[in-house]
Amino acid sequence: MLDSKIPSGNLQDKWSNHKSHVSLVNPNNKRKFTVLVVGTGLAGASAAASLAELGYNVKSFCIHDSPRRAHSIAAQGGINAAKNYPNDGDSVWRLFYDTIKGGDYRAREANVHRLAEVSGNIIDQCVAQGVPFAREYGGLLDNRSFGGAQLSRTFYARGQTGQQLLLGAYSALMRQVALKKIELYNRREMLDLVLVNGKARGIITRNLLTGEIERHAGDAVLLCTGGYGNVYYLSTNAKNSNVTASWRAHKKGAFFANPCYTQIHPTCIPVSGDYQSKLTLMSESLRNDGRVWVPKNKGDSRSPDVIPENERDYYLERRYPSFGNLVPRDVASRNAKNVCDEGNGVGDTGLSVYLDFTDAIKRTSEASIKTKYGNLFDMYERITGENPYKVPMRIYPAVHYTMGGLWVDYNLMSTIPGLHVLGEANFSDHGANRLGASALMQGLADGYFVIPYTLGEYLAANTLEKVTTEHDAFKQAEDEVKAKLNQLLSVKGNKTVQEYHQQLGHLMWDNVGMARNKEGLIKVIKDISNLKDEFWQNVLVPGEQTYYNKNLEYAFRLGDFIELGELMARDALNREESCGGHFREEYQTSEGEALRNDDDFCYVGAWEHKGEKAEPQLHKEELVFESVKLTQRSYK
Amino acid sequence: MSQATSKKMKVNLKIWRQKSCKDTGKFVDYSIPDVNPDMSFLEMMDLLNEQLIKKGEEPVEFDSDCREGICGSCNMVIDGVPHGSMKGTATCQVHMRHYRDGDNIVVEPIRAAAMPIIRDLVVDRAAMDRIIMAGGYVSINTGNAQDANCLPIEKVKADTAFDYASCIGCGACIAACPNASASLFTGAKISQLALLPQGSPERKIRVINMVEQMEKEGFGDCSNHGECEAACPKEISIDSIAMMRREYMKAVLG
Repeated sequence: MLDSKIPSGNLQDKWSNHKSHVSLVNPNNKRKFTVLVVGTGLAGASAAASLAELGYNVKSFCIHDSPRRAHSIAAQGGINAAKNYPNDGDSVWRLFYDTIKGGDYRAREANVHRLAEVSGNIIDQCVAQGVPFAREYGGLLDNRSFGGAQLSRTFYARGQTGQQLLLGAYSALMRQVALKKIELYNRREMLDLVLVNGKARGIITRNLLTGEIERHAGDAVLLCTGGYGNVYYLSTNAKNSNVTASWRAHKKGAFFANPCYTQIHPTCIPVSGDYQSKLTLMSESLRNDGRVWVPKNKGDSRSPDVIPENERDYYLERRYPSFGNLVPRDVASRNAKNVCDEGNGVGDTGLSVYLDFTDAIKRTSEASIKTKYGNLFDMYERITGENPYKVPMRIYPAVHYTMGGLWVDYNLMSTIPGLHVLGEANFSDHGANRLGASALMQGLADGYFVIPYTLGEYLAANTLEKVTTEHDAFKQAEDEVKAKLNQLLSVKGNKTVQEYHQQLGHLMWDNVGMARNKEGLIKVIKDISNLKDEFWQNVLVPGEQTYYNKNLEYAFRLGDFIELGELMARDALNREESCGGHFREEYQTSEGEALRNDDDFCYVGAWEHKGEKAEPQLHKEELVFESVKLTQRSYK
Repeated sequence: MSQATSKKMKVNLKIWRQKSCKDTGKFVDYSIPDVNPDMSFLEMMDLLNEQLIKKGEEPVEFDSDCREGICGSCNMVIDGVPHGSMKGTATCQVHMRHYRDGDNIVVEPIRAAAMPIIRDLVVDRAAMDRIIMAGGYVSINTGNAQDANCLPIEKVKADTAFDYASCIGCGACIAACPNASASLFTGAKISQLALLPQGSPERKIRVINMVEQMEKEGFGDCSNHGECEAACPKEISIDSIAMMRREYMKAVLG
């Protein structure tokens, strides 16, 4: 049985009661514990720094040359917090409620409420670190609004909020490295988790520069390794973002929850050709001032500036008058797909819609738009060669974030004792759809304000025998990793890793993308399984194991992505309802909106790996809603 | 755009290949006949690598991650200029439409004694992390920081601090500098924190430690060439170096 360990009591009191009663580790004992933190994004860097400050010995691992390059850095728009600085009626309850509703009632109430409770502390902490948030002329912090909310609670640093928050967490991390409380291992990739007596006691890493396989032992392992959007090949994720650490843990016994919940972000630069290596997001904040439209007449190929107002369909404003262009991401994405599928899309491929700033520029000025979004407009022009101040932007949805991830309890511990999972890598707070500016909030909440309390619960309440890297479990895991690397190099087949990745991406996008159906899912499970067989018999990986070899890293990761893809399709097939980012064509309202089935699917689907040949087993965590009433989400 | 997608162009590349920091390394010529002008520079490099792998050769190693110009991973020196000649643009944001059919392009790694070559175009930039470790932070632990709005900051100062904070740590400034100085990188962090009240308590010790660390790593001194500012993909102003010097003098003398 899955025990979420949600504390008893009123929703509003759960976290403060829990903090007051959670087991503590004596300050003198903290230094006796070693915590392995994998990943240095917002969750990993903030956790590593905060735990080191408390006195734990921390080892921090990152796949980049520097922790500052983790993909959190690319987040643009902002970070939510229930500060109510603009006096527009915000509160912890409202942030909680918007997040639960935005997630289409598929997240845990208690986790989400905790997230809203600590949101204000995050802003305070970051400002104290010197993060240069946007300010008003009076010197106080500025806020803006974001999709899925009717008030302004988003703090931002131009269009580079993720960068500034990450550099804040990175500076805290580097300070602890300088104080020798954190040992930093850069250019290291975790390739396996080591269990001793059923507990997470270490990891196997590969030194990406030398190929050396290394063993690290510890008392707890924290995975802060991000999401798995790159399973689609084209996504807004960075090239190195991958699922391997999570997937290795899954195969060692950690349940994988809601893998089918993926977020397709509505405002991305459209795909322009087969050569494309990744997609670029334009911050959702653009929807504050940009108006989304397509021509009313199908195939209208006139230049947008000569299409008169009455021949334009501002479809979001028309269909959702109260939220308009600020509907949540899943709704905006699905509507874009629909108008394009109906033949009203624009651009060469017909797979894009306009995001038009003409009215905003008229209402304010070009200079004011430049101040708000200058860097985004520049980025758009660099990529497309078009000037968005003059010509409307063209946008199309792209894979951006994954709400699913390793299952964790209220203390952020997975089904493997000692293995904790933070940030995008866990499944816990966003349900079936994440609201804008909530990813940064969750990553930092987990790292700064949750794990420093809840890790003690595990370390204090368990007797952990001394384990060194000489233990047989380490040798066994290391041997398996080496065998797998050797196998990849020895195939010497005919197709490159990238070719297989593109193939997997097409299968996923077509069948487990913005719209899914039973027939397609059944077929794609078989297709992915065949792709897996072919990959291991025909992949071509150049070079050797003993030096910097990007394609070998890539091949190892893709092997895991292929297996994850199959699980995502199984999860999507099992969930016979539509909710948030998971849209099953068979389950929709007469108006084409997602139709949930709360009677049968109000649960977290957590999958257990049962062996290479066996089908995974589904475990259910019932979602109990004590404080909110489940309703059909409406943004009309 | 529609015209561009139907066109193919040929580029001739001269790329630095080096197996390790001990290897001497050399330029190798490659030619790609079918480059799409809408490709990014790195997508063109991906295409080259796919072709090399298919031929049984080893691909050109280079660092790259976000491909949105913000992570600072990519750092090629293109035709002698870090990130190429487009102003304010990281390598990953350079697109092939800015080149012409038949162009010759020279691609090299950053060259600086403090940043040894690892393989091909990949260099070791850990020295930059060590400069930050020496003081590029505010010494505050996670906990009950005061309410964020208890500390009003003049907008102009906050905006200028942001300009300096936008450094992506790519190393272009070092590659561009004839002295391989890390002054723009170091000065940007010092200036960000010197402009903000949060940085004030450690202002003196920070600048002394960071400047000393920069020297210890083997980076050269600044002699006001200004190449760093010209090469910076975030267009960070050389004013930050002047500010670093003032801060340093004040800390040492004051």
